[in-house]
Amino acid sequence: MRLPLLALLARGPAHGYELKQDLEQLLGSAYPQPNVGQIYVTLGRLEKSGLIEGEDVEQSSRPNKKVYHLTDAGREALHAWFEETEDEPRVRDEFFMKLALAPQTGLADQIALINRQRRQYLNTMRNLSKLAAAENRDNRVALLLIEGAMLHLQADLDWLERCQEELE
Amino acid sequence: MSEDQVPVLRADGLVKTHHGEGAPAHAVRGVDLSVRRGEFVAITGPSGAGKSTLLHLLGGLQRPDEGSIWLDGRCTDSFGEARWAVERRKAIGIVFQFFNLVSNLSVADNVELPALLAGVPPKKARAEREELLAELGLTGKERSMPGELSGGEQQRVALARALVNHPPLLLADEPAGSLDSKGTREVMRLLSRFHGRGQTIVLVTHDARLASAADRVISFFDGRIADDAALDGTPPPRRGGISGVLELRD
Repeated sequence: MRLPLLALLARGPAHGYELKQDLEQLLGSAYPQPNVGQIYVTLGRLEKSGLIEGEDVEQSSRPNKKVYHLTDAGREALHAWFEETEDEPRVRDEFFMKLALAPQTGLADQIALINRQRRQYLNTMRNLSKLAAAENRDNRVALLLIEGAMLHLQADLDWLERCQEELE
Repeated sequence: MSEDQVPVLRADGLVKTHHGEGAPAHAVRGVDLSVRRGEFVAITGPSGAGKSTLLHLLGGLQRPDEGSIWLDGRCTDSFGEARWAVERRKAIGIVFQFFNLVSNLSVADNVELPALLAGVPPKKARAEREELLAELGLTGKERSMPGELSGGEQQRVALARALVNHPPLLLADEPAGSLDSKGTREVMRLLSRFHGRGQTIVLVTHDARLASAADRVISFFDGRIADDAALDGTPPPRRGGISGVLELRD
């Protein structure tokens, strides 16, 4: 969450609740609603490490709100973030260990493991399809996030299929 | 049994072996299957698992070596080629991966032809065609030839043709197999819509995204049903559920 918040502040100063709304709007219903508490905690940490600075703004009938802006160090950190490539997603290693170890234990059947895992993936896939159908057609970022999740899941399902072909 | 309880489709002990060059290929090795009215069933599995052969058996495009098929409670054991052709006109609609439209007939004629062959009066056939093409977003394409349309449009015409006689059962064999991801989503949306109105669908696909539109998924391996699962959309028993898949790291 740290770097996305910094990135949102690159446009200009904002307070915590605005950032939560921006994030929701950008990522759509696909993304689990960011917890506002978590956002304030993260902002506190970013301020402590000198990447942002907060300024109290008085409000007439309510407590002061803190408006944050990016520091030079924050801008530097963002540059570095965009510069870096990210790690590849990892295969489902916990399931793989179950599959690899099942025959030796005599406690589980490999095909049954695969079938059960597939059911879960298919149900998740169904939920993602529903999310995609319900998402605003114009929110391309949100739709791409869902499509990415679906393609990952498709790859996992293909891999389960390979396991089943080999092990059956 | 009341009418609702008679399965639209039932198969018992289906076996099909292909004898080509080389060793015989055991495409379907003992399949029992029952599809209730209004169900949307997807059959998935690796290529070569025999799922397309199974669908061809269910549509009477190939005959099983062993086993029987019932359509709406009627046993098809004694059906010949001609009788199956009648069933495919009235009781079973089929869409294929490569659309199989008649290339020298216009879109309108492709859709009306099965209605006319089934004895529907021309006026009614035209009305049905107009309604379906409008529904499928193809108004204005009536006079086009199939070759002038995109893959996604051709598949929608094929869907209209398959549904023009209101068959109780729709069979779809890799309907998105030659479409891009936009075309795939379109097919998925349309199948879901017709299913929502009560259309019974059996879909063969290797695409899990497409399969997830169904409410029951059969995993087919090596000529056999390996798993038969109802998709109820229940969130997996895991922290975060579906949103966990989408969660960005903090």
